[in-house]
Amino acid sequence: MLVLLWQLGSRIAATGTLPAPLAVLSVVGAEARTGVLFVNLAITLARVAASFVLAMVLGTALGVAMGRNKTVDRLCDPLLIVLLNLPALVVIVLAYIWVGLNEAAAIAAVVLNKLPNTAVTLREGTRALDKNLDEMARVFSLPFGTKVRHVVLPQLAPYFAAAMRSGLSLVWKIVLVVELLGRSNGVGFEIGIAFQLFDVTRLLAYALPFVGLMLVIETLIVQPVEQHVSRWRPPHGA
Amino acid sequence: MELKISIARKALRNASGQTRVVLHDVVFSLRQGEICALLGPSGCGKTTLLRIISGLDSDFEGRVLLPSPHKIGMVFQEPRLLPWRSVAENLRLVGASSENDLADIAAALHLSKHLDHFPGELSLGLARRVAIARAFAVKPDLLLLDEPFVSLDAALAACLGRELLALVLKRKATTLIVTHDVDEAISLAGRVIILSAAPGRLIADLTIETPRGALTAARAAKMKDAILSAMANPSS
Ligand SMILES: Nc1ncnc2c1ncn2[C@@H]1O[C@H](COP(=O)(O)OP(=O)(O)OP(=O)(O)O)[C@@H](O)[C@H]1O
Ligand SMILES: [Mg+2]
Repeated sequence: MLVLLWQLGSRIAATGTLPAPLAVLSVVGAEARTGVLFVNLAITLARVAASFVLAMVLGTALGVAMGRNKTVDRLCDPLLIVLLNLPALVVIVLAYIWVGLNEAAAIAAVVLNKLPNTAVTLREGTRALDKNLDEMARVFSLPFGTKVRHVVLPQLAPYFAAAMRSGLSLVWKIVLVVELLGRSNGVGFEIGIAFQLFDVTRLLAYALPFVGLMLVIETLIVQPVEQHVSRWRPPHGA
Repeated sequence: MELKISIARKALRNASGQTRVVLHDVVFSLRQGEICALLGPSGCGKTTLLRIISGLDSDFEGRVLLPSPHKIGMVFQEPRLLPWRSVAENLRLVGASSENDLADIAAALHLSKHLDHFPGELSLGLARRVAIARAFAVKPDLLLLDEPFVSLDAALAACLGRELLALVLKRKATTLIVTHDVDEAISLAGRVIILSAAPGRLIADLTIETPRGALTAARAAKMKDAILSAMANPSS
């Protein structure tokens, strides 16, 4: 259906602005045969994975700390608000200027864009922890590890899953911008080249496989994880 | 385990910032293995007293003496089970070490059929039984029970009461059981402590001399009269 609309649109639109699906497919094939497509996809995917994991881990640590401790919350809250409202582009450019045009700056820029959102979500989750269950764990003097694993984590899991879900799409969108601005490889870089040449066919030949890949990851990894953490809920909700 | 409680004053702060005294002059001690019922009108501070004894609330004037080490088994006024763990796991997590223990306790509380269920699938009465089972599963030497048999039908309550007695006698656990039911108090406890209406103050401390089981209907009725009159005239 989508492909049909696209085909129709490419007929109507002026040549060059919207290529036909087959034209895009042939470029995808050509890039795949030389292996360049896969190399770029892999590089971008590695950046997405690294910054995603870092942002989730650091954001979770910060969020839990802020949710548990009022002083930490007061100290870090202004920083979070600034980061939340700072345009992604500003963070990226500043990172490149301050850290240099290197991989660390690229990853740091993406992490800084995602981290505040994770922290805010996990802070909410930490604040919502059930005091009654915490008291139960104290009276029965559950060991720390048991308490974390069986009392605390199951309550944070839905928040973590929510942060993960909104996180993945945010991270890969920003990784593309980061690559466009300051890296010499990856899907974002190739899209930048296509932009300079005004080559929409080439742009789509990189964008579509990548979007497809992220959708596959989303449905094959993120959604099952989300379902797994909420499996104890009765099917009718509540 | 011996328990010594002496609370001079306990105040709670409500949402609007005012402090209100909820308990004052509550002094008593329990011998090892003694079963004591705690009676008193709603809101007089029974739950608060259990929270103080269990160590959840340490913001009070006075002291609570528990020998250490000790193991507390507690039934809260609400079941407080982990909704994401099955009944069996809820029991295992607190320390039902061997599968035999687990099966015994589940059988005693008629829970064997429900071990694989999640708390969300249980009725309130069943969930309360799981909470009681959990308190037993830790092999406590101090048992604190906050209205454990409420919302159970009378026959089951009586049956669980007998199970409770058997377990307490076997383990020699010191037991404090909050109830609103005077008959239940007489049938279970060797001692009855009565608190006044809020702010709670100890107004009566009655010992039931007759050994359990040998209590005749007439003596039980006399005991009940004594308790009811103590509750009716808090000043005396
Ligand atoms: N967290 C709290 N903050 C302020 N006041 C409280 C709090 N919890 C209880 N209270 C007040 O303390 C008093 C004693 O409460 P408590 O729950 O101990 O009563 P109770 O004897 O257990 O009552 P019930 O038989 O209804 O369970 C009540 O007047 C209640 O309003
Ligand atoms: Mg109560």
